[in-house]
Amino acid sequence: MKKKSNNSSPAMVFNTMPEAPQKKKFCRFKKNGIKYLDYKDANFLLKFVNDQGKILPRRLTGTSLKYQRKVAQAVKRARHIAVLPFTGDSLK
Amino acid sequence: MATKTKSNKTESVVAKDYESVIIFTPVLSDEQLKDAVAKYRKLITENGGEMVHEENWGLTKLAYPIQKKSTGFYTLYEFRSTPDFISKIELAFRRDERILRFLTVSLDRHAVIFNQRKRNGEFNQPKKDLKQEGVK
Repeated sequence: MKKKSNNSSPAMVFNTMPEAPQKKKFCRFKKNGIKYLDYKDANFLLKFVNDQGKILPRRLTGTSLKYQRKVAQAVKRARHIAVLPFTGDSLK
Repeated sequence: MATKTKSNKTESVVAKDYESVIIFTPVLSDEQLKDAVAKYRKLITENGGEMVHEENWGLTKLAYPIQKKSTGFYTLYEFRSTPDFISKIELAFRRDERILRFLTVSLDRHAVIFNQRKRNGEFNQPKKDLKQEGVK
């Protein structure tokens, strides 16, 4: 019984926390005090887009909800004025 | 009563900040482009708008073809005007065959400050730092 519990507890830890604890994500807008996202700045917006041109989810970039909305808005505006492509194979 | 006060408010319209990005066809000659740019500048100022800034990016590559053209002349107008003027200017944009694409956006106060700082050139250095941080 004891052995079993000993075996299962590290396994459970492994399931919930893969490998070493990762560096904590942060919202770069909150951290750096950025209040406005420029939709004309393609190089900056490329960070929030994968190489197909899709907007990256918050769980990958760490952006807070408030700024994720602005990111999405800016990327969509940039697409409209052909600063960013709607689709692409290798943006990066 | 409530509706009355509302209508009074809309009568005394407050000017707002706007920004228009326009893509002109690459077919235009330099002079034609100048004419076209001047036309909209005139339209804005004649309708009680106030030009804040104007920018020409020159011939720029588009991220995807529009009307089978892969380049375009980008022009940016930043202006203050009343909200009812926007429908007018957008109608003019739509009627103009020289325009491939346009986007008019109202600016909040952060955006106005951002544009001002960008124009003054004080933005380049902190921005580069941020970019490096983002790459990490």
